[in-house]
Amino acid sequence: MIERMGVIKKIQYDCRHATYLIEKRQQTSLTLKERIQLFIHLLGCSVCRLFLRQSRVIGHALQHLFKRSAERVHTLDEGVKREMQEKINERLKN
Amino acid sequence: MKKLFKLSTTTTAPDPAHWVATHADYLYTYALARLDDEDLCRDLVQETFLAALEKLGEFRGESSERTWLTAILRYKVIDVYRKKNSAWLVSLEARDPEPEYFEPDNGHWKEAWAPRPMSIDHTDPTLRKELASILEKCLQRLPALWQAIFSMKHMDEMKTEAICEELKVTPSNYWVILHRAKVNLRACVEKMWS
Repeated sequence: MIERMGVIKKIQYDCRHATYLIEKRQQTSLTLKERIQLFIHLLGCSVCRLFLRQSRVIGHALQHLFKRSAERVHTLDEGVKREMQEKINERLKN
Repeated sequence: MKKLFKLSTTTTAPDPAHWVATHADYLYTYALARLDDEDLCRDLVQETFLAALEKLGEFRGESSERTWLTAILRYKVIDVYRKKNSAWLVSLEARDPEPEYFEPDNGHWKEAWAPRPMSIDHTDPTLRKELASILEKCLQRLPALWQAIFSMKHMDEMKTEAICEELKVTPSNYWVILHRAKVNLRACVEKMWS
């Protein structure tokens, strides 16, 4: 019984592991053991519950940001392009 | 050879004489979205064209010329990630550059790093904009490997297994990296959020 209390205490204290599981859960499914660990931890830890909410918002924002930056068009300088094509033409001749 | 290229305008064969005009900006945009370095990206585009010239015989016309060139460039981008990745692993072994967010013995949040409430919100357009611009700044401070993972995940929508395979990291390392990256990003956002 004392040993079991120790295990639960450890889970309750371990915010590093809990936040790790929070991140993992956003990408994939957790094992039963991990789900129980996270459940026990979040029950008693308001800081990690807060982390969970903030992490979700940041996750959405990240996704949005990368999608947008993939859509942003960049153009090369005309001079650079001319040089590029010249290099290609040179190789074509050989 | 010359004749082949003349023909190419009407067939699906590659047409190197027009590559730069047709594809350079597209390829440059592709590279720059994934590697935040204009000089490097310009070089990669040039290298892509030259590498493609060497492989003209391999082009089967099954995909478009652009898809084919992008595949060559993509490989070069991943190569840069890998090189940065190994440099990063070396520096990690020497000394972890990141602050320690948790108590080493029991994993509890360190007082200074424990999340505090902030009014971030992804549904409000104004707050969303502010969050995006802060995140952009925070992302630039992350190690290259983390940025690589984020861009593969969000831009290329690659699966975890594929990312691990390409970057040569183990799945368990992958979760640890993502976790660290998120804890780090969150802390950075909190610091900059007014």
